Parts: sequence; C-alpha cells; structure tokens
Amino acid sequence: MSHRAEPTTEGGLADRKAGRRVKAPLSEGKKAERRLGWLLCAPAALVMVAVTAYPIFYSVWLSLQRFDLKFPDQREFIGLENYVTVLTNEFWWTAFGVTMLITVVTVAVELVLGMGLAIIMHRTIVGRGLVRTSALIPYGIVTVVAAFSWRYAWTPDTGYLANLFSDGAPLTERASALGIIMLAEIWKTTPFMALLLMAGLALVPEDLLKAASMDGASGWQRFTKVMLPVMKPAILVALLFRTLDAFRVFDNIYVLTAGANQTSSVSMLAYNNLMKGLNLGIGSTMSVLIFLTVAVIAFIFVKLFGTAAPGSSDEGRR
Amino acid sequence: MGRRVERTTGGRAGPRRRGRRMVAAAAALGVLLPLAACGGGDGGVPTINLYYPPEQNLQTVIDNCNEQAQGRYRIEYRVLPRGADDQRVQMVRRLAAGDRGMDVLGLDVTWTQEFASADWILPWTGDARAEVERGTLAGPLESARYEDELFAAPKNTNVQLLWYRTDLVEQPPETWDDMIAAAQRLKERGQPYQVLTMGAQYEGLVAFYNTLVASAGGQILNEDGTEAVFDEGAVRALEVLQRFATAGVTSASFTNALEDDVRLAFQSGNGAFQLNWPFVYPALQEGAPELADKVGWARYPGVDAGQPSRVTIGGVNLAVSRYSDHPDEAFEAALCIRNAENQKFSAINDGVPPTIESIYADPEMTEAYPMKDEILAELRDGATRPLTPAYQNVSTVLSVTLSPPSAIRPQETADQLRRSVQDALESKGVLPG
Repeated sequence: MSHRAEPTTEGGLADRKAGRRVKAPLSEGKKAERRLGWLLCAPAALVMVAVTAYPIFYSVWLSLQRFDLKFPDQREFIGLENYVTVLTNEFWWTAFGVTMLITVVTVAVELVLGMGLAIIMHRTIVGRGLVRTSALIPYGIVTVVAAFSWRYAWTPDTGYLANLFSDGAPLTERASALGIIMLAEIWKTTPFMALLLMAGLALVPEDLLKAASMDGASGWQRFTKVMLPVMKPAILVALLFRTLDAFRVFDNIYVLTAGANQTSSVSMLAYNNLMKGLNLGIGSTMSVLIFLTVAVIAFIFVKLFGTAAPGSSDEGRR
Repeated sequence: MGRRVERTTGGRAGPRRRGRRMVAAAAALGVLLPLAACGGGDGGVPTINLYYPPEQNLQTVIDNCNEQAQGRYRIEYRVLPRGADDQRVQMVRRLAAGDRGMDVLGLDVTWTQEFASADWILPWTGDARAEVERGTLAGPLESARYEDELFAAPKNTNVQLLWYRTDLVEQPPETWDDMIAAAQRLKERGQPYQVLTMGAQYEGLVAFYNTLVASAGGQILNEDGTEAVFDEGAVRALEVLQRFATAGVTSASFTNALEDDVRLAFQSGNGAFQLNWPFVYPALQEGAPELADKVGWARYPGVDAGQPSRVTIGGVNLAVSRYSDHPDEAFEAALCIRNAENQKFSAINDGVPPTIESIYADPEMTEAYPMKDEILAELRDGATRPLTPAYQNVSTVLSVTLSPPSAIRPQETADQLRRSVQDALESKGVLPG
C-alpha cells in the first residue's frame, strides 16, 4: 500500500528539513513574520499544553506508582510494575479482545453502510435537505440517551425488540449483548461515516464518470475503478477517525450492560479500576495503554496506508 | 425545593406567567444554592450539606433538627442518586478533589472503612462518640469502626427475612436443606414452589454468600481484614449456594434477579419462599393485598440444623467529611438526624429498621413493624460483611467469581477466591469490569 511517492521514513523527513535550513537564509521581513506567527500561535499552544499535555504526562507519572486512594500512605514509585500487572491480566486481555472485535466489526459494517448512505445522499435530487437531515438524526442524538432506548427496547417485558426477537434476556448473555452493543454503535455512527464519505464523493469529477460510461464501464466498474481510487484519501480519513473512536467505546457499554458477562471494553475497565476501585496507578496504566494503542492505530493509518490529515497534503506543506 | 419555589412566586400570577416565573426562580435557585453552599450561608448560620440516598420522609426529620438547632446550623438535604454505585462514585470523586461542599455523608455500611482509610471522614470522639455508642446494636456499630476508632454513626440498619406462603408451608424451614426439600415437594405436587432471592452478579449475591458463610461459622477474611481465609465454613457455604442453584427450585431469572425483581416475582404468586429485605412487606400489602394475608415471615434459614442463621447487615451510617467547614455543627446535625425519636419516625414512615435497640420495644412500633421481633433477633447475631478499606475490590471479585452460582465447584472456587481476594485486598491486580 505504500506506493505513494512521498518519503515515509523519519530519515527522509529529517533530511528534507535539514536541507531546507541550509538552503533558505531568511530575510529580515520573513523572520519578523515568522516570529509574529509564533507569537500568534503561543496562546493556543499554551492552552493546549495545559489541557492536554499536562494530563497526559501526569497520568504517565501516576502509572509508574503504586497509588490507591484507599491507602494514601502506601504511595510509592514502582517503575513498570503496573504495566506488568495489567499486561499479564486476563481481564485486560478479555476487554482488549472485546474492544478489538467491536472496533473491527463496527467499522467494517459502517464503511459499507456509510458508503451506501453517502451515495444516496449524494445522488438524491428531490428533497435533498430532508434526506440528508433524516439520515443524520441518529448521529445527532446523545449517545447515552440512544443507549437507554436500546436498553429498554431489549429488556424483557418492557421492550418491543426483546419481545419480538428473543424469549430470554438478550442483554444478559455475552454473545447477544455484544451484538446489541455493536448494533447500537453502528446505528449511531454510520451517519458520521456517510458524512465523511460524502465529502469524498464530491471530489469525484462528473466528467470522469461520464467518460468511463462512454467507454462502456458498468456501474460497478465505475464505482471500483473510478470512484474508489479518487475517494481513497477521504475513505482512509473516515476509517481512521472511526477506528480511533470505536476503540474508545464506552457509553453504549456503560448503559447497556455496564460490562457484565465479559462485555467490558478497555475504557470501561479503566473506568472501573479508576472510579470504582480508586486505584489511580492501575487505572492510569490502562489509560496510557489505551493512548498507546490509539497512537499505534493512527501511526499504522498515517504511515503505512498513507492517510493524510485534511489540509496537510504535500502541496499544502511549506 | 419545589415548595420554596412556589412560595416565592405567590398566588396571583396566571398559570402561564407562574410557570415561566417558576422556571426563572428555579434557575435563580440553581445558581444561588451552590454559591450559598460555598459561602457557608450568608446570615452567619452555617449550612450543613447532608448527602444522603433518597428517603421519602427524611425532610421532616431534617426540618425537626433545623428547628431544634435554633439557628446554630441549617441542614440542607442533597439527595444522592438511587443506585449505590452512583452514590459512592459521586462522593468519592468529590472527596478525592477535596470538595468542601459536603458536610454529612450517608454511607452504605460497607464503605465506612474505605472512606476512613482514605482519610476522607473524621473520627467521632468524646461525648459525640459516647452518644453514638449508647444503646446502639453491636452489629451496626461494628460496621462504623475502623482501627479501633469510630468513624460513623449508624442511622439505620437492615436485615433480610424469610417470607413464606402460609397456605403452602406449615412450618417455616430452619435450614437451607429443609427449604430446598420443601420446595421440591411442592414442585412434585404441582404447587407454587420457587425459592426467590437475589442471584445477579452484584452486591446482592455477595450479601447472600456472606450470610451463608457466617451461618456456617466460616470466615472470608481474618479478623483484621488483611488476609483472605476462606476456611471450611466458606467452602460449606459455596456447597450450599451451588446446591441451591442446581436443585431446580429457583426461578428462571435467578441469575439476573435484583431486589425488586424478586419482590415482583413473589408478588405475582410464583414463589413459595422469598428471601428479601423488609421493604417487600408494605409493598406486598399494597400490590397484592389478598396474597399478603397468606404470607408469613421467619428468621432467615441457617446452614446447619440447630445453628441459627447469621444474616448480613445492611443500612446507612452517617459520617462527617474531613473537608467540611463546620465539623462541630456537622457532628451535631448527624447526631440529631439519628437520635431515637427521629429513628423511630423513619422506621414507622420510611420502613428503615432503627439501630438503637430500645426503639424496638416502643408500642408504636408493633403496628407499623409486625416483624420487628424477628428483625431484632437477626440483628443481635448479625453478620457484617468483611470490614476492610478494600471491600469494593473484594466484593467485585466475589460477585464475578460466584456468578453464576450453578457453576461453583466448592473447593476449587474457594482456592481461586483465596488468591484473587488476597490480590484485591492488597489492591494489586486488576478489578474485573
């Protein structure tokens, strides 16, 4: 997949930076402009450091300590022991597996459904506003509220879905509960996927499609040979955003099963250890591990698949 | 709060106007109240913020106390969420941040040691301590102690009873074996036979297991709460639990049942026996009066014949936050809320069993509390849940491991629990989600 022409290794980037530094002695005006640029950025950068960098470093610091709020006297620095504890624990790996499963299944299904929805929204001529608005409604509903609706719908006696499709309590069995969690996730975020893909669809030149059909390409061929390649950057961005989101799934699980019957995601597990167990050491360790996993996912997408953040394509860089 | 809002709007405005004004007044109150809480009251009267679970008639008790205080303090009742976990998370989160807006806290009996160890609540000393200890039942008092100090004042207690159908069962069973056998006989005869109790993966299952362990004379932890023991009695309790779950006498939703599910199942006439808290009785009289006439109560069954049961004690303790700006007034307010007169009022009006023993002898109690003798008998040899700051961890591990009860293999499960509970005590290891 790394057929892109741009240099993908760190070395390449460093070379280029170094080269530029030698090549471009800046004029006084340019320098002043650049300084002003930094000054203008400074307030935002400071706020960013205060609200994101500090908590991140603080939780890394916490993760290296034995620190349980219940036993404030026993706080001590223990290096990487918490990481050993978490990474050798079956509950962690169960939750990790569940999270991965939810991520892969929901993102795959959302991609297919989202693409369909995007094409419908793109192609609609009559009542376009209405179609787009109604397709986006699930995304506009607060996740927790939607999750409660799903929960009541799947509760025996009170719920219509439980009465229609099952004679037990589907939320109390692992497989069916996971299925419902994924259903709720997909229902909720497919519109978001569709929205991102629709932006990609707008990039496909109408002429190209017309030319292809003149050449006798079928609808499927036009889709796979023309639209998909042009849309690839948009698809990758949509996948990246959704994968990162899906990996941090919390609210649906919190409401639907509260993690019972091994349906916890890693975020749920971290929450339980932090907020219920009051174990800041172990809980922070999990948070850091989640952060690292998310970073790895982003790295894979950006470096291996060549996903580019919107606005940072090569031409835009200077 | 609603009452006060109406008063400020007066009676003259039309319904529409009034509605809008009420919204405005409520919004203004919403803005002002937290400010007042921070400032400790403007007229020099300290505001004591009481964080307590929902209890319907507690406001009357608080009004009484505010009147008696004659301007020394003014208690404001801040209602906590209904779910125990939500209550705990709210208090823990705010205490960890050193929130000064909380003065008196209503703690579930299992949280006192945790809050004390975390240094979030103040010990009771001197006269206040003496007043709390005077005449208070030993079990509830035990739940309020940590390392030889008293950290809370028991406000109310609770124990489960055996409720049975007098038209189906002649003599209430004294042991679990008897009860299971009786249920099986009823089943053979095609009569309602189920034994209904809480078996979902939550605190209720832990309380159930704790009762069985104590009744079998066993121990989950050692006396100091530092070591996981799981002795012979604890293994025996696992056997009883497993046998009960597989004897064909439970309801289909046993492994999913919480207190209210059990109450409703019994109320619909499916059960011959129910093991549940006393709140089910008034509910039964209201929801199914004709069935209520056929329901009797007895002491919770034991494990071994001739050995009366020892039942898990529930209830609420009052503690004073370390971050309170007015600790002296807070102690005084807590004492007032739990004094004998107010406890009697709460027992009669809200159905919560008192912690002061002499109240049970009060003639007014007989009518409101026909089962008071059985409750008192159980309370006298009640069993506390393991007293340790790490109780929440222990309970989580227990409820996950014991669930579903039918899958218990007594000896193996005990060995497994000994290890995982020990880890939980030392806050090593990961809590299951």
